[in-house]
Amino acid sequence: MAYDGKDKVLEEVTGKSYEFGFTTEIESEKAPAGLSEDIIRFISAKKEEPEWLLQWRLEAFAVWQTMEEPNWPHLNYEKPNYQAISYYAAPKQKKQLNSMDEVDPELRRTMDKLGISLEEQKRLSGVAVDFVMDSVSVATSFKDKLAELGIIFCSMSEAVKEHPELVRKHLGTVVPTRDNFFSALNSAVFTDGSFCYIPKGVRCPMELSTYFRINESGTGQFERTLVVADEGSYVSYLEGCTAPQRDENQLHAAVVELVALDEAEIKYSTVQNWYPGDENGKGGVYNFVTKRGICHRRSKISWTQVETGSAVTWKYPSCILKGDHSVGEFYSVAVTNNAQQADTGTKMIHLGKNTHSTIISKGISAGNSHNSYRGLVQIMSSAANARNFSQCDSLLMTNTSGAHTFPYVEVKNPTAQVEHEATTSKIGEDQIFYCLQRGIDAEQAISLIVNGYAKEVLNQLPMEFAVEAQKLLSISLEGSVG
Amino acid sequence: MLKINELKASVEEASILKGLSLTINPGEVHAIMGPNGSGKSTLASVLAGREEYEIEGGSVDFDGADLLEMDATERARAGLFLAFQYPVEIPGVSNINFMRAAVNGKREHEGREPIKGKAFLDMVKEKAQLVELDGRLRNRSVNEGFSGGEKKRNEIFQMAMLEPKFAILDETDSGLDIDALRIVSEGVNAMRSPERSFLVITHYQRLLDYIVPDFVHVLVDGRIVRSGGKDLAFELEEKGYDWIKEDIVA
Repeated sequence: MAYDGKDKVLEEVTGKSYEFGFTTEIESEKAPAGLSEDIIRFISAKKEEPEWLLQWRLEAFAVWQTMEEPNWPHLNYEKPNYQAISYYAAPKQKKQLNSMDEVDPELRRTMDKLGISLEEQKRLSGVAVDFVMDSVSVATSFKDKLAELGIIFCSMSEAVKEHPELVRKHLGTVVPTRDNFFSALNSAVFTDGSFCYIPKGVRCPMELSTYFRINESGTGQFERTLVVADEGSYVSYLEGCTAPQRDENQLHAAVVELVALDEAEIKYSTVQNWYPGDENGKGGVYNFVTKRGICHRRSKISWTQVETGSAVTWKYPSCILKGDHSVGEFYSVAVTNNAQQADTGTKMIHLGKNTHSTIISKGISAGNSHNSYRGLVQIMSSAANARNFSQCDSLLMTNTSGAHTFPYVEVKNPTAQVEHEATTSKIGEDQIFYCLQRGIDAEQAISLIVNGYAKEVLNQLPMEFAVEAQKLLSISLEGSVG
Repeated sequence: MLKINELKASVEEASILKGLSLTINPGEVHAIMGPNGSGKSTLASVLAGREEYEIEGGSVDFDGADLLEMDATERARAGLFLAFQYPVEIPGVSNINFMRAAVNGKREHEGREPIKGKAFLDMVKEKAQLVELDGRLRNRSVNEGFSGGEKKRNEIFQMAMLEPKFAILDETDSGLDIDALRIVSEGVNAMRSPERSFLVITHYQRLLDYIVPDFVHVLVDGRIVRSGGKDLAFELEEKGYDWIKEDIVA
């Protein structure tokens, strides 16, 4: 009864535009530092959100206040002061742009650094790009072409306005607000992100790509991504990040949710290159990301990630293999250099019968960095004939870097087959010398050896992305022999 | 081509080369023989520029340049090649890509454009025939899962690709059966030319039946103690190294 009443109230307010406005002195496009219910109301109002979403945010905030930042990762960092962060910043450009020509040259330069110019991307045409620059989308392309197929690919704010029923149906179903400290925070304050829906039986004809970029100093980034692949559909989604040099720590706490309905397939690839800080790690991005997908019957989710940036990385793209015969994959290359720290891996939760998962993780540690693989393979009692194969390799570039592996396996069904292989090796001086003797210089030698080591994972990336990722690996390890 | 003068080198404070002198002219094939631990492989490593070795004295002139002042990559690009005794495996890097990087490194040094795809593949095909290296081995990761013989053939293939001025073969015959030995030797012989010199390091006279040297040197305790023509190798085979050692003492 109480719930019915509450729903009714919710419905009533949802219909109306938000009346209460936000009345304090916030005039700029940037919220003052700090987090409170008022700030959340401000964000929600700025984004002209329906009441249900505001309530959802406020509930998440209430939960977050009761939670503690996790201490279990193998990470050592100064915990951010969440009251010193500004939770909303709109970019200087206000309007949606009609063509790529109108995009800020500064943004273009960042893209160029990654090796792919906008023009090239348009020409290559396989790629539709949705830019997120400081929380609000500034350019979207190929939308019409996708629309013909019924594919929705837009910013999260737009999706909330244009497709509220889809967003409301799936938002928070894979990563509940109370899942963890960072997902709760994200749910309370997320400002934008991407939304993607592939209708039944549609095979998305191009790679969908989003480039994220932190722009304004002192602004946390709380992206929210939701990808829904309806029955029998297929989509390949690319996400790439780069951030310009910063003097203070920047917090990044994104949430990505993937829903693969029956017989659907989602391939999600990430190249992450947030600013890692200087040699001592000062000024680098803190990256606390929750990524998870749910697989229904005979569906497949494949995560591929190339992680080279951030001062601190905390990230476990996971699959809940709920449907029978569903498949989860995780391919990862994580590079840490200088003072970078990464605690990354995956979780494969097997619920359905005949579910399969594969984990290939390649860690590379250079400088004084620490690189940890943390993985959970959980076979529940309902998951008859489940299978998992895990391979976790670590490559050390120096004597002062560290590689750590924390594999957890829980098997509650006796028919399960679980395999785990792990290796740790130091980059061979013999290998390097062999290359040098053939006239290959030291930087290129390392690049060759490291790319060879990571090949199994890089091969999973779409072609253009793989090339970019290879460059990134080489750049990340420049001058790291020791 | 190469002029080594009173070269002294040590590793981990153990003195290995103790004043070695050797002159190799263009077109010549020199063989170095000697008992285990005499410094043969150290000589190869020092000439190729391995950094673990400390140069304690002497000089090496390579085509008018001070070899010891160059790093390993520069030496390779200037035309020095080492066929490794134990070729190294590089997982995930195809033989072809590895060679392309090497060939382009050399071309860059010579101020030339990177090689075009078609020209490169034609070159690979031609050079691979020299040592009967089939397509499968060309596309596999560098030396990964190769048999001992395949690894050595791959070394000679790489040498043919890079067309060095001066090549060191470090116990290329070790671990080879008679057929592989023939293939490898034929590859080397095909590359002999008036402009190219070889330093063949070996334990056994057997290799020298196939690659016939102009000069044979005997290395004992970090010094060349005897030099001669190819007959010296036969004499060694017959009498063993002890004969030389006794000779020195006497």
